[in-house]
Amino acid sequence: MTDGQLTGRTLTLRIFRGLPEGEQSYATYAVPEVVGMVVLDAVHFVQRNLDTDLACRWNCKAAKCGSCGAEVNGRPALMCKTRVDTLSDGPITVQPMRSFPLIKDLVTDVSRNYEINRQIPQFTAAPDDGSPWRIDQMDIDRLYEFRRCIECFLCQDVCHVNRSHALAPQFFGPRFFVRVAGLEMHPKDILDRRELVREEGGLGLCNITKCCTEVCPEHIHITDNAIIPLKERVADEHWDPLRRLARRLRGGPGTRGGEAAPAGALGGPGDGGEGGGGAGAA
Amino acid sequence: MIERECDVLVVGAGGAGMRAAIAAAEAGCSTVVVTKSLLGKAHTVMAEGGIAAGIGNVDSVDSWEVHFADTMLGGHVINNWRMVELYAHEVIDRVYELERWGGLFDRTPDGRIMQRAFGAHSWRRLAHVGDRTGLELIRTCQDRLVHTAGAEVLMECTLVRLLLSGDAVGGAIGYDRNSGELVLIRAAAVVMASGGWGRMYRHTSNSWEGTGDGAAMAYEAGAELQDMEFVQFHPTGMVWPPGARGILVTEGVRGEGGILRNSEGERFMERYDPVKKDLSSRDVVARSIYKEVQAGRGSPHGGAFLDIATRLPAAEIHRKLPSMYEQFHSLAGVDITREPMEVYPTIHYTMGGLRVDAETAATTVPGLYAAGECAAGLHGANRLGGNSLGDILVFGRRAGEAAAEHARSRPSKPAPSGAQLRELEALIVEPLAGGGDTVDNPYTLHRDLQEAMQDDAGIGRSEESLTRALGAIGELRERAARVRVAGGRVLNPGWHACWDARFMLTISEAIVRSALERRESRGSQWRFDFPDEEDHWSRINLVAVRRGGEMRVEERPVPLMPDEAVRRLQQSRFFPTAVIPAHYARVIGGEAASPEAHA
Amino acid sequence: MAAEAPPAVARPHREGLGTWGRLRRATPWWAQPLTVVAALAAFTGYSIWTSFFGPGPNHVAEAGPYLSPFFSPLWWKTGPVTPALWVLWSPLGFRATCYYYRKAYYRSFFWDPPACAVGEIRRRYRGETRLPLVLNNLHRFFWYPAVIVVVFLWIEAFETFDDRGHLYLGLGTLFLLLNAVLLSAYTFGCHAFRHLAGGGLDCYSCVRGGKSRFRLWRGVSVLNANHPMWAWVSMFSVVWAEVYVRLVQAGMPDPHLRF
Repeated sequence: MTDGQLTGRTLTLRIFRGLPEGEQSYATYAVPEVVGMVVLDAVHFVQRNLDTDLACRWNCKAAKCGSCGAEVNGRPALMCKTRVDTLSDGPITVQPMRSFPLIKDLVTDVSRNYEINRQIPQFTAAPDDGSPWRIDQMDIDRLYEFRRCIECFLCQDVCHVNRSHALAPQFFGPRFFVRVAGLEMHPKDILDRRELVREEGGLGLCNITKCCTEVCPEHIHITDNAIIPLKERVADEHWDPLRRLARRLRGGPGTRGGEAAPAGALGGPGDGGEGGGGAGAA
Repeated sequence: MIERECDVLVVGAGGAGMRAAIAAAEAGCSTVVVTKSLLGKAHTVMAEGGIAAGIGNVDSVDSWEVHFADTMLGGHVINNWRMVELYAHEVIDRVYELERWGGLFDRTPDGRIMQRAFGAHSWRRLAHVGDRTGLELIRTCQDRLVHTAGAEVLMECTLVRLLLSGDAVGGAIGYDRNSGELVLIRAAAVVMASGGWGRMYRHTSNSWEGTGDGAAMAYEAGAELQDMEFVQFHPTGMVWPPGARGILVTEGVRGEGGILRNSEGERFMERYDPVKKDLSSRDVVARSIYKEVQAGRGSPHGGAFLDIATRLPAAEIHRKLPSMYEQFHSLAGVDITREPMEVYPTIHYTMGGLRVDAETAATTVPGLYAAGECAAGLHGANRLGGNSLGDILVFGRRAGEAAAEHARSRPSKPAPSGAQLRELEALIVEPLAGGGDTVDNPYTLHRDLQEAMQDDAGIGRSEESLTRALGAIGELRERAARVRVAGGRVLNPGWHACWDARFMLTISEAIVRSALERRESRGSQWRFDFPDEEDHWSRINLVAVRRGGEMRVEERPVPLMPDEAVRRLQQSRFFPTAVIPAHYARVIGGEAASPEAHA
Repeated sequence: MAAEAPPAVARPHREGLGTWGRLRRATPWWAQPLTVVAALAAFTGYSIWTSFFGPGPNHVAEAGPYLSPFFSPLWWKTGPVTPALWVLWSPLGFRATCYYYRKAYYRSFFWDPPACAVGEIRRRYRGETRLPLVLNNLHRFFWYPAVIVVVFLWIEAFETFDDRGHLYLGLGTLFLLLNAVLLSAYTFGCHAFRHLAGGGLDCYSCVRGGKSRFRLWRGVSVLNANHPMWAWVSMFSVVWAEVYVRLVQAGMPDPHLRF
């Protein structure tokens, strides 16, 4: 950095330091502000010039990998995308994500998320659905948003189900509702994960208060476009008595999601999601 | 100590590593993948443009043969032609395979995979999804991998040394970045998929991971590093603000119609390459921007203007280049639907790497395989955009399968002795011995290396500058041996940075020595003192090898294309303007290299 | 490096309630929940008053050509109870189970959570997995009657044009029409309807009429994107239409043209 790029302002950084056990504190550092500086730049300045031992996790520094999630002034955010000139005056407080176990300083153990992904059956196409596929753009348009997820886990961090109620073991969390929604809505996927996401995924624990949507750095409408559609799909399958009746009358498969899969393979997995019966009641 | 015993060890969890691991595990081998960061964060996510594959969905004249020709010509014909052939052929299946694994692609109106234009590709060829194809690829492979039985991923571990038994590889040793514990993995075969090494340059699109650990480790184990002088500058990196300098601006911007202008508003690429213009190959565009800035026609922050705002309606920009919009909006406060971007070349990719066999991806060390950016041969002197995502899938799979085959035929995984282990552990924790250094730290070391490489081994080089860089590397090596950091073994970034610096120094030396040796300009190698492409050098690949503890640069003959492949070159739209060495021109027929003959 | 007082070890990086607000908003964090509580309480209070204690025969708000939306459709004007009871359960139930209002009251009344990334007071939390909140999953069953109500509101609004054979253009008509428009935007932007319209399909090109379903779904999505806004403005328009009818009922002149 050359002097010409300095703004002349000196930032005060309060950074959480410590290990899970032992001394924990906030260390205060003075960092010269550079034009267009982001919080990660400031943390790197500390690491390079003041404290080589300060731990933070990062990779691309371009908001594409989602590694540098932390809480800046109490708000879950990507450090590489949070410009210091957008923060209010006064010290900038940087803390690790609170909903995950601390490893050191700004780094937390997010491995639980990878375990959740393992529980969600992967994309599965009908074996006899031969390549190359013809897929209408209209059928995949809405999936783009879900696939934009960079797995920063800020939504998992901010969600009060994980954060305040310690229900994480029974709860997939917003990121994986997005994942399931992306699989469920895929025109070529033949599995049915509705019962899974209700039962093991704890979809009902979500009370759609939208904090996940607010923190998402990719601006994915997690609640409106992933979670609520999933809740409606689960309602089709599990809660809606008319649908149950209709299924019984049609002599279709039972009410349990897993069993519905083979039937969906023929007419497209959207079978269960058809709105005809319900709309007719109006 | 974290210990694993497996059939195949895969170093790196980018696209190549994951594809190799899937292949090895599906072949029935127990497979361990080691990555320096979290799963799914690898550099593959930075790839934006797409996967080049001659499917011909949009331009039906396209085929794998044309793709072959474009790739060979783009690489200035010092590529391993057999690799290119396998690649152009198989990448089509890999794209369809990705789709079957749940990957999304933009569609044509009739529902086939959409393809977009890209630099120096004859036809619209890049299968893509918006401008985040790499993310799509990595997420798809990641999901496949975590659901593949027999594969285990160790996240946030750095490997430091390959274990050898006799002349063959038997695993690797390193440390867990979080806990600082020793990590020992005994394996019958190792796939190196550790990516490239852009971090030794100041302006780079690479993340901290791009330090060349895998290539350096393999070199120390006796493998040959080929084509190291070829380091790709992506023509368009961000220039401003300073913290964002070097961040990639996808070639997709130009693929979708964006053009480069200088401060006088001139579309200067029409002057440098009247045929391909803004979609010329990366080496040409990068040099052109460099020359414009040198001539005083640069933008306010010393770059060129990249204009998409006047070329596409705002809604199209949002749809086709959403992450570019977001990137400039959030980092630079620039609205690319209204204003031009400022761009300047940034280090992006390394064509060089481990010398491998085309069919099996085997290196010169038994049991060691390499795929992806850390392997050499496919891209020659310059990589075409869109060929890296295909590369990692095609050769990732080949390397995984070959490693599995090797593990089955030679399953021995000898354990290192206690004394050996103690010695290795002492080496690994060496930077922590004796507390912090008061005058030097690994970050200043890194910065000084970046200065030397950027200034003296950058986009243009000369004997004088390279000699200076070599001297700097020698001094830095002494400093690196002495540097010590404070703190303990638990997640100590200073300690990790010491190891990064050591690997980068090895690789930097290979780059500089090879660049010194190649006395010509070719592809991304631009020698001010030897500005022309020489026929003589088109027959030579340079390799850096370890001989008696010292690095030596040796010549290897470029594998010669059979006549049939040479004739195939004519299928490229850009054949008329390509420089064809005499020994190939003869095959095509006397004046074949001239435009008339082509017509 | 100046160390500050270390926070409690058990919750190492617990922040105060106000930190989120400092970054995001100029107003304090409790301003929004309090506004929601006040508005919803006022709405509920007014509904109870007008249904059970409003003046007029059997509490019905009716004046000239106008009928208050609280009593529409008015099938049984007389009877042992206020006719509002036959109507009111539907819009109230629709709003109570609405995905947007759920967010609003979970945040404001239950404080689950009061704002993002702030602490919570309640210990036991089961989300929408137990009675009665689990019933929110049946939102669609309130949507069906809500559509009927909206249809009647349109009919009522158009009927005000006809004053015994004469064309009547009153200010009240405008309010009733506006109310019908806003309630339609709210009702047809509903998440449950979005699902029924086409959101529940996985493959539009694979089913008959899929393309129309896709277009319908996209149209609903446009309304749905502003669902909270429609929820609020339609609530105000209902109350305003009702208040206006009550005022005319009480003798306020209704500015109008009559042909």
